[in-house]
Amino acid sequence: MFFTNLRRITKTGILNYKRNGWLSTATVLVMVLMLFVIGNLVFTGALASVILSSFESKVDISVYFLPDASENSIISIQKELEALPDVRDIHYISRDAALELFRNRHKGNQLIAAALEEIGENPLQASLNIRAKDPSRYAAISEFLLQKNYREVDKINYFENQQVIERMGAIFKTLRGSGTFLAFFLAFIAILVTFNTIRLAIYTMREEIGIMRLVGASKWFIRGPFIVSGILYGATSALITLMVFFPLIWLISPRLALLVPEFDIFQYFLNNLFMFAILMFGGGIIIGVLSSWIAIRRYLQV
Amino acid sequence: MIFFDNVSKIYNHHSVALKNVTLRMEPKEFVFIVGSSGAGKTTLLKLLIREEMPTDGKIFLDGIEVTDIGIGEMHKVRRRIGTVFQDYKLLPTKTAYENISFVMEAAGRADAEIEEDVPEVLELVGLSDKRDNFPNQLSGGEKQRVAIARALVNRPDVILADEATGDLDPINTLEIVKLLQKINELGTTVVLATHNKEIVNSADRRVIVLDKGEIISDKEKGKYLLI
Repeated sequence: MFFTNLRRITKTGILNYKRNGWLSTATVLVMVLMLFVIGNLVFTGALASVILSSFESKVDISVYFLPDASENSIISIQKELEALPDVRDIHYISRDAALELFRNRHKGNQLIAAALEEIGENPLQASLNIRAKDPSRYAAISEFLLQKNYREVDKINYFENQQVIERMGAIFKTLRGSGTFLAFFLAFIAILVTFNTIRLAIYTMREEIGIMRLVGASKWFIRGPFIVSGILYGATSALITLMVFFPLIWLISPRLALLVPEFDIFQYFLNNLFMFAILMFGGGIIIGVLSSWIAIRRYLQV
Repeated sequence: MIFFDNVSKIYNHHSVALKNVTLRMEPKEFVFIVGSSGAGKTTLLKLLIREEMPTDGKIFLDGIEVTDIGIGEMHKVRRRIGTVFQDYKLLPTKTAYENISFVMEAAGRADAEIEEDVPEVLELVGLSDKRDNFPNQLSGGEKQRVAIARALVNRPDVILADEATGDLDPINTLEIVKLLQKINELGTTVVLATHNKEIVNSADRRVIVLDKGEIISDKEKGKYLLI
């Protein structure tokens, strides 16, 4: 009995999907639009996060040491700093390394090479480059350094860059927050439009639903085919969306790579294809089924 | 079998569809309900399948209080009643065949049974050649006959027919009435609401006359005299 009903419900669902060709097409297209928006949000989110963290990783503070500071004392300061919860990593640049970097950077510049020769000794200072886990914590880190008042420390460049760092931190925070909010808001609208489309489709069938009740069909026997149609809407639109995304991302990828070399969007798409497909199919089917379920409820009260 | 216990249906002050109707119909009875339009015939039938709820009173079918069953369970009662609606209420997206097979599927009948019974009942109402037509491809009389076939096919205990012959020509009308009488002889209660004087008078069956929502006459072997 259960399987007979299940077979009949499935058959009717597929038949309705086929017979209401225009309605099904329109609904599927709206759902494709919804899934496309959601998919785009995923990619934009990944891209934004790559861009933001690449910006964030460029912000740091440097502590410069007096020339007579011994390497041991610098290392022990580094150890102390590393114990701070706000610190992500610390990079030690010795005086020799700093000179090497400086030379490399100005390779081919005769004037600078000549100037270095003239000075005779290494004029550069050893330094620790500190990166925080969160850009807003740089103030706390430099505060810590100030309080410790290490004898070896010559200067901390945070105070020079303070304004820039703080402003960047604030911008990152706002971007992340409003981006997430915008993403949810757009997804919400997309889902609402889909729900409304399905509701409209079921609204046009409301009399039929009432008739079915009056001639002795149980609620489940009537609801079933609509749920099946909802699954079909979701699956079809997920498939179409994936087929749209594939060439689209392939086309965008080389252009985007010029702007953001850190992010290969096509590779990202391929790496996450499975999860992405699950999101599309899962999202489409869940929203299709849930919309049908909610929309049909009131017309079954006959 | 069917028992209306002091049933009233009041829409508003100006519109009282049924007033204190008490009525009993026995199994295997053939009952005409007559009266001018607006007398309450359709409301009476609607209340029995609970398309509408009475304002007051109780309705029983075979000892089950129809007015007390949860709406979600109502289909079980409705499967025992075959209804021919005044406006047919065919499913527009289903063919004649599917309209009839739908009620069998909904009732959980086996496929073999459906494949055997639906063509049979289509032949009975003379629509074998229109089985794959959708309702909008059928004439009024043909739609009505599909509706009748649908009401019959589950072999219900009761058949309610609301102006079931309204859109039929005299020859078809006679045939349908004969068909209903035959079904009645096989043991089904038939309740037929109608305007048609000839059918009522030639049938020689129980006639209930409604006027402005009240029963004004109820006679065995009655005639359609009053109006």
